Amino acid sequence: MAPMDTNIESRTIAVLVDNEPGVLARVIGLFSGRGYNIESLTVTEVDVAHGLSRITVVTSGTAQILEQIKAQLGRLVPVHRVRDLTKEGTSVERELALIKVAGAGEKRVEALRIADIFRARVVDSSHDHFVFEMTGKSDKLDVFVDLMQPLGLIDVSRTGVVAISRGAKAL
Amino acid sequence: MATEQFTGAEIVIKALKDQGVDTVFGYPGGAVLPIYDAIFKQNDIKHVLVRQEGGAVHAAEGYARSTGKVGVVLVTSGPGATNAVTGLTDALLDSIPLICLTGQVPTHLIGNDAFQEADTTGITRPCTKHNYLVRDIETLSRTMHEAFYVAQNGRPGPVVIDLPKDVQQGKIDTYLAPEDVKHRSYRPQVNGEVDHINEAVELIANAKRPVFYVGGGVINSGSSASAVLTELVRLTGAPCTTTLMGLGAYPGTDKQFLGMLGMHGTYEANLAMYNCDVMINVGARFDDRITGVIDEFSPDSKKIHIDIDASSINKNVMVDLPIVGDAGRVVEEILRIWKEKKHSLDTKSLKAWWLRIDEWRAKDCLGYVQDGPIIKPQHAIKRLYELTKDRKPYITTEVGQHQMWAAQYFHFDEPKKWMTSGGLGTMGYGLPAAVGAQLAHREDLVIDISGEASFMMNMQELGTIAQYKLPVKIFIVNNQWMGMVRQWQQLLHGNRHSESYSDALPDFVKLAESFGLKGMRCEKAEDLDQMLQEMIDSPEPVIFDCQVAKEENCYPMIPSGAAHYEMLLGPEDSAAKPISEEGMVLV
Repeated sequence: MAPMDTNIESRTIAVLVDNEPGVLARVIGLFSGRGYNIESLTVTEVDVAHGLSRITVVTSGTAQILEQIKAQLGRLVPVHRVRDLTKEGTSVERELALIKVAGAGEKRVEALRIADIFRARVVDSSHDHFVFEMTGKSDKLDVFVDLMQPLGLIDVSRTGVVAISRGAKAL
Repeated sequence: MATEQFTGAEIVIKALKDQGVDTVFGYPGGAVLPIYDAIFKQNDIKHVLVRQEGGAVHAAEGYARSTGKVGVVLVTSGPGATNAVTGLTDALLDSIPLICLTGQVPTHLIGNDAFQEADTTGITRPCTKHNYLVRDIETLSRTMHEAFYVAQNGRPGPVVIDLPKDVQQGKIDTYLAPEDVKHRSYRPQVNGEVDHINEAVELIANAKRPVFYVGGGVINSGSSASAVLTELVRLTGAPCTTTLMGLGAYPGTDKQFLGMLGMHGTYEANLAMYNCDVMINVGARFDDRITGVIDEFSPDSKKIHIDIDASSINKNVMVDLPIVGDAGRVVEEILRIWKEKKHSLDTKSLKAWWLRIDEWRAKDCLGYVQDGPIIKPQHAIKRLYELTKDRKPYITTEVGQHQMWAAQYFHFDEPKKWMTSGGLGTMGYGLPAAVGAQLAHREDLVIDISGEASFMMNMQELGTIAQYKLPVKIFIVNNQWMGMVRQWQQLLHGNRHSESYSDALPDFVKLAESFGLKGMRCEKAEDLDQMLQEMIDSPEPVIFDCQVAKEENCYPMIPSGAAHYEMLLGPEDSAAKPISEEGMVLV
């Protein structure tokens, strides 16, 4: 018997499900009930005609646990497909954040300057605040949020990761 | 002519009929009255009134497990549904196909904390294979048929359908028949991958010390699965062991059968697992009661794992060759290729392997001495087996020492005769499960092998037995202890018997008589056979209070945290090998 791999990896998993009541609770319940990690989870309907929703979940664990997570997801009755976007080929991952920074004077100018460097857009502003919209990989968003901290950051809302595989093949 | 109109309740009944249901176990209440009214107006489906909803679910499990059909339960909202939760969880862990219909408050009251309202789909989500809340009568017939499909296909399990009262009372003029309903996405893999099956055949053909490790998946797969498995095992000449859930999947009296494996399995079965070079797991799940400490589980073997549930693969034990598929279909394919290629195991190696196994068998790990007037519990069950085996009885059990002794000393030559709560370990399972089995097999002998503590957990079902004149035999192995708890307290907690004594027990004979049943009490070994025969011959339901040695322990035993080769064979071993601290935290 091969020794157990104890190395913890992070994976992004896409799950195509029937858009029916309780389906998200089923997925979340599976993670909490079996003690798996959820680092990020997003869900919305992606195919109205067929009533399908897509869940993107970022999770972590040993290779054995990650295989278990996929198998457990796969046996939920309303689940159509489970794909490991990290392991099966390469993928594009994005997250959107709305970041509110309040302040005046030098700090306000600095916030706007950094936002410009990060290609964040201003979507709301007044004399004493900005709301920035930013899209990118999660670590880029982390860095921007950190930089805004001393400049009057008061509110952050993030979507969590959405992901799609590269290349011409569908899920 | 006006088109025919159905109420929701009528659709429920019609769908049950179309699914071939003849018996429903249930208990009425406000939120299911329309369905009870529809039941009243027809004669095709028999309703069996239990005494508590938990009993209904276990009875349906007994019915399902003894017939291979889906068990059906009908309960009301709120407490009706919450009382069903233990049984649903039991059915989930033991993969028993059930449909549980629960009443619900009308849709406009859902979420209002209405009288007898509970979030039934929320509560039962983690303890069912799937569940539905039917909010619209339009979807009712489809949901009913889909639920039956889901309950039976893939790894079987319980499915809840929550039915608001207004949906039961609503009217509709369309009904979808079973053949009109196809699940949109659920298609479990039943045929194993051809390459993997071929690889498995080669692996088995080259084995020197093979062992078949067989679980409940073979029983769920149907009687033909047991038949092909038995043929394959006999053809290879290899030894075979089964799990608690797998008893009967391979003939229990066959010379190639090593007995049950695991925590209270036989010495020869566990050592064969430890020492084998190729393990063929057919429909078992490497449960912790089976493996002992994982790091030392069968360290030198190549492992083949056949399971219909992909999530069972590599969950506890990493295997070399997984085959996802139906146990019966995969074994049939292995058997076909084995015959086609005219394979056989190496005679010399196989002979040497059996010589070693025979040495382990010679330990006679299930040996016991019955002397004096006090009945040994092992002896009670062994005699029960010997005196009833010709009648091929259906056996249910509760949970604890008596359950393990029944698994050890009763032998099952065919599937579906043995019903026990394996995964969840639900005390109180056996009595209602015997009700379900007896209703499905009116002419057969059905025995609940019970302990006095477990019996008390669902003894209200004596009322059901009396009402339907079910000649169930309740054989209470009465040692006046929660025996397995007491055993663990002795072995792990310095003999401090905290709260494990069965105090204030009823007089079981009078209890039986108060329900109009026959009561018997046996206190002496010399009376045992004759009284057992009287019980067996009785056409009535019987409670048999078999008073046994009080502090007998269940051996052999792999203590928690130990490996297969560290089995305790008896009290002398227990004293010599104290249980490790790591082992004490395990259950």
